[in-house]
Amino acid sequence: MSSLEFEILATAMTVSAACAIPGAYLVLRQMSMVADAISHTVLLGIVLAFLVVPLYGHPLMVFGASVMGVVTVLGIDLLKRTGLVREDAAIGITFPALFSLGVLLISLLARDAHLDEHTVFQGDLVYSVFQRLELAGRGYGPMTLWKMAGIFLLNGALALRFHRELKIATFDPVLAATLGISPSLVHFGLVLMTSVTAVGAFDSVGSILVIGFMVVPPVTARLLTDSLARYLGLSVLLGCVCSLGGFWIAKTVNGSVGGSISLVMGAMFLAVLMASPRRGLVADWRRRRRQRVEFAVRMLVIHLFQHRTLGQRTEENHAGHLEAHLGWSAEFSRRITELAEARGLIRRVDTHWLGLTSIGEQQAEQALAG
Amino acid sequence: METFLQFLNDYTLRNVLLGTAWIGVVAGSLGTFAFLRRQSLLGDVISHATLPGIVLAFLVWQRREIGVLMAGAAGTGLLATVLIQVVDARTNIKRDGAMGVALAVFFGVGVLLLSLIQNLPTASQAGLDKFIFGQAAALVQSDVTVLLAAGGVVLVALLLLWRELKIVTFDPDFARAAGFRVTVLEGVIVTLIVVTTVMGLQTVGVILMSAMLIAPAAAARQWTDRLSIMVLVAALVGGASGAAGAVVSAFGPQIPTGPVVVLVLTALVLVSLFLGRKRGLVWHWRRQRRSRKLADPDTVLGALGALESAHAGTVRGHPKAVVRMAVGQSAQIGQALAALREAGLADEHDGDWSLTERGRSEAGRLARDQRD
Repeated sequence: MSSLEFEILATAMTVSAACAIPGAYLVLRQMSMVADAISHTVLLGIVLAFLVVPLYGHPLMVFGASVMGVVTVLGIDLLKRTGLVREDAAIGITFPALFSLGVLLISLLARDAHLDEHTVFQGDLVYSVFQRLELAGRGYGPMTLWKMAGIFLLNGALALRFHRELKIATFDPVLAATLGISPSLVHFGLVLMTSVTAVGAFDSVGSILVIGFMVVPPVTARLLTDSLARYLGLSVLLGCVCSLGGFWIAKTVNGSVGGSISLVMGAMFLAVLMASPRRGLVADWRRRRRQRVEFAVRMLVIHLFQHRTLGQRTEENHAGHLEAHLGWSAEFSRRITELAEARGLIRRVDTHWLGLTSIGEQQAEQALAG
Repeated sequence: METFLQFLNDYTLRNVLLGTAWIGVVAGSLGTFAFLRRQSLLGDVISHATLPGIVLAFLVWQRREIGVLMAGAAGTGLLATVLIQVVDARTNIKRDGAMGVALAVFFGVGVLLLSLIQNLPTASQAGLDKFIFGQAAALVQSDVTVLLAAGGVVLVALLLLWRELKIVTFDPDFARAAGFRVTVLEGVIVTLIVVTTVMGLQTVGVILMSAMLIAPAAAARQWTDRLSIMVLVAALVGGASGAAGAVVSAFGPQIPTGPVVVLVLTALVLVSLFLGRKRGLVWHWRRQRRSRKLADPDTVLGALGALESAHAGTVRGHPKAVVRMAVGQSAQIGQALAALREAGLADEHDGDWSLTERGRSEAGRLARDQRD
């Protein structure tokens, strides 16, 4: 691995770690699409800052973009509070408007400048490392790496320092208000953190992929754990792992690094979605199947119990009758009968007629009583 | 005016005008359902999720006709909605998280595929990335024909399934109980949304298409409570904004159509929010102000009566400020007091207000009425 490649990888991992921190809280607070809105509208902030100081990467850009993030969320909240549109529509109206304004301003006023929508939207990890940090004539590596490392440390420090506030305001806003923690202060603090991170990351991964870096690792982590601390740690870790895998793919196929990382994130999410031990689709499917079988066994026992007075050999307790009476397939009836027999709940009077054992009768009585 | 007529004769402009206005009409009609079903952001996710489909279709068929690309776009767009549906229904992940994941991952894969195409020796991908922002000026006659056909299919489906879609939108539980196949109908709505979103990609672009779906409906909602009228108004708003965008962007090659359309739409939404029938903010504020400020003469009469009976025999009257306190904090009682004096129920001496004989008996009657 050349030193350039190493720098690209390090930058990608730093970006994903920095994004995962605000992202984790956004997902918990059901603000994932707000992150999407912010990542679009930072464009307007960047353009406005650029019109004031036409210098790419100027601190004013970060400032403008952060302010725009807050403005976006304020706009959404304001629209929502009129009671005339719901939250989803409020988001869907606010951010395209601000974004359109940004695109229009670029087209009209900043066309010749080194700023266009494509740079903002797609970003490029490879190009981003060519901007070097130089102090007193000495090079210190890529600017983006330093910038994102700074943002990561800032996010991490803030998340640790305000861990309690974030937690309480997220899970119980009323309790937070009672304890003197302002839920809206926490809300806008998080929005500010998201904006700063989004604008910091846009030249390396582009502002749309930023939302992937923010949302996918936490959502995946959410499928794996219910502990907040583990969830936060896992979000950062998974983000870094995806960056590593994505970087390797991008190198192999010679494609976009950001895009490859998104691909790996998607694959990881799908894998966890399928196979997560408790929350996965496979586990869910098995749980449902087991519940269906348990329910069927109980049905069978109750059915036989209801008809126990009819004598030993009636139509109702004929093994072949279950299909018609309970609407089961022949195969399913056979499986359930065998299972109930193996558990000692029912016995065969002879091959074709079923009866309850004393344990079975007890269970049926319990089920009917409960 | 003359230049405007010249515009209309212009081949490119005619295509662009027709194309964007038509997209606005279709998106407005269909967006109404998305808006009412609280799926406003679905269009946003779908439009981002079409990118890999567009690039894949191009890779497979090596052509960039709009029909081919639309098929690919619809494919991945639908896939994304299925993913959201499954995750939302079967896991502890909330809907917004599922949408964020679908949007970002599909778009990211699209970016990766685009970057791969750029490496190909036969790099004829020129213009493929135009889908991200849209380029209305590139619309040609055959594109418009495809748009008209696709939009026609969507609108006809809407009309044929009108009753079903209405019931599923407003009362899915009732629809299910009444024997409608709700899941199928929901699938139909999502599919129509996908087709509509895909229609707008080339013209308005991936990112702004969601606004084309939602904003017309949000504006229309403020003017009516009837679904049929709402759909018509939304179609009108969408069509007019599309046309306006096309005309404005014809004034200069550097003016992009999509953003102009969205800004026109936003302006219409804001106007509707402020002035909309019954629910408009301006009327709301006005009502609020009136009800807060102008006190009802009966209320003031009651307050004066209460004050006098509390201070019976000690004072002759009460200053206006005291009466206001008795009525309520920010009440404006001047007009009510004047009306009472006019009716001979109250009078003022040296700035102190007191009830007349008739006023006292009237206040007593009011108080009894309230007790009963």
